[in-house]
Amino acid sequence: MKKTFLAMFAASFLWSCGGDPPKPDGAGARVEDRVPGKPPADTARPVPVTPQNVAPVNIAQPSQPGVKSPLTDPANILSKRSIFYDYDSDAIKDEYRPMLEAHAKYLSNNPNARMLVQGNTDERGGREYNLSLGQRRAEAVKKVLVVMGAKDVQIESVSLGEEKPRCEERTDACFGQNRRSDILHSGEF
Amino acid sequence: MKKIIHVAAILLMGLASAAHAQLSIEITGGGANQIPVAVLQFAGENQLPSAITDVIEADLQRSGRIRLQYSGGISPAPSEPSQVNFTEWRNRSADAMVIGTVQKLSDGRFDIRFRLLDVPRQTQLLGLGFTMSAAQLRLTGHKIADAIYEKLTGERGVFSTRIAYVVKQEGRFELRIADADGQSAQTALASREPIISPSWSPDGTRLAYVSFENKKAVVYQHSLATGQRQVVANFRGSNSAPSWSPDGRQLAVVLSRDGGSQLYLINTDGSNVRRLTQNQSIDTEPFFSPNGQSIYFTSDRGGSPQIYRMAVSGGEAQRITFEGSYNVSPRVSSDGRTLAYISRNGTRFQLASMDLESRQVQMLTDTQRDESPSFAPNGKLVLYATELGGRGVLAAVSSDGTVKHRLTVQAADVREPAWGPYTGN
Repeated sequence: MKKTFLAMFAASFLWSCGGDPPKPDGAGARVEDRVPGKPPADTARPVPVTPQNVAPVNIAQPSQPGVKSPLTDPANILSKRSIFYDYDSDAIKDEYRPMLEAHAKYLSNNPNARMLVQGNTDERGGREYNLSLGQRRAEAVKKVLVVMGAKDVQIESVSLGEEKPRCEERTDACFGQNRRSDILHSGEF
Repeated sequence: MKKIIHVAAILLMGLASAAHAQLSIEITGGGANQIPVAVLQFAGENQLPSAITDVIEADLQRSGRIRLQYSGGISPAPSEPSQVNFTEWRNRSADAMVIGTVQKLSDGRFDIRFRLLDVPRQTQLLGLGFTMSAAQLRLTGHKIADAIYEKLTGERGVFSTRIAYVVKQEGRFELRIADADGQSAQTALASREPIISPSWSPDGTRLAYVSFENKKAVVYQHSLATGQRQVVANFRGSNSAPSWSPDGRQLAVVLSRDGGSQLYLINTDGSNVRRLTQNQSIDTEPFFSPNGQSIYFTSDRGGSPQIYRMAVSGGEAQRITFEGSYNVSPRVSSDGRTLAYISRNGTRFQLASMDLESRQVQMLTDTQRDESPSFAPNGKLVLYATELGGRGVLAAVSSDGTVKHRLTVQAADVREPAWGPYTGN
């Protein structure tokens, strides 16, 4: 054990000297670089320490209150905006068909209307991989809406991955809430 | 008498643990090959706002390669080799010792000088001087620790490098830059929307990252000194997972503008977009090899997420990971030899490493929820995010798995660490 230390030490010492014999330190000598003319094995130069400042940028604005829209009338099926998924799946269950048909019809009746579909995942797994899984979910929703009559240009599919959980507890029910696509209409995003 | 010694030992341990209360270090296996070093208080150190030798000691101890020997009990502590009683330090089992001086200059700055002495040989291994302001105390301490570490181990130190990470606190997300030990944090960006996937430019002056401030994933680059930000990729769909090329000229990114998550190259100013992969699967998390010739990435083309490698010039991808059904977040060490990644094992997500030549896999941790590995620029440590007591924390492990420590970041939820490069500074 001790031998190992000494061997390591000797090795690092040889390495550090680069062939120069170790310079015995004179009594009361100052740090060696101040001795003119004869640089020691380890030249000591005062090294300026440059500060590494980081300029702060704050883009945290107070949140805006949601804009009122007929699309938010609770009696209207158009107020339904979320599609939930099974674990590791982007398959859209049949129960969401009437709701998606209503949204597709709305888009086709309002050619200037735009929609954002946000895909989400639960928190399990890597953030970037989950971002891609959420993207896949959102694109699957868009594909269905286009088949149902919406125009491709009207819909943007994006992913929030696991970054914006609706529910923060670590339960299966919560994970289920977070495996979700949300539909946002013009003025809501 | 025995009892007294016992009590004294407990007192000493108590003192030691109080001094390093913020550090949590776990050393297993090869960590036993530690070099015993005594760091003595520098003469005149009490002129400083806080002790620079505390910074040096904490760095050296955290490396796992150095064991701190008791350095007190001698007053005044020697500050010149001629004052050192080497027999005394030999009896204390120190193989090396650090002595130094602090002098206040007329302009208010400080002159710090230290020497690293070989105790058995009674010779000097290293002598360096620094001029610093009080605000540069920690950085100077880290630089001294780097010099000592390199002289004793033959490996370049990383104590004076910086890390980036994201803190989530009360609905706010902050991208912070801190010293490699998690201290001296500065906020580079504060937002109400998530920030993920920070990636350092090779020169350490800029970060690329994904911000959701426009309600979707957009890739930005951000100059740290000025705070100037520039959109790199804001195409239809999601824009994510930026990774700098080693020459700093382009980024590999993931875009969904043409459908699906696919790999693209893009110049850092957002020009010259070139598609790299073309398939129906998820391709994400590109990471350049150190020579800039190939890109490691995650893909589910084989039915489950696995790590692949392809040439930057395009062509077939080669599968790299085969063990397990979920391997993501590839990062390669600066010598190109080791791959760090996250592997699912049952319900656990653990940090793993692979020797890229022998393809030997080693699990580096035994935690539950590891994420976002990042190599130190010397390749000897991997920084990663994990969870402790229900909140995100940062931890580092030596690339051989023998030394682990947690970083001391005082925040609610810390994630997405990225270890910065060596800089000229």
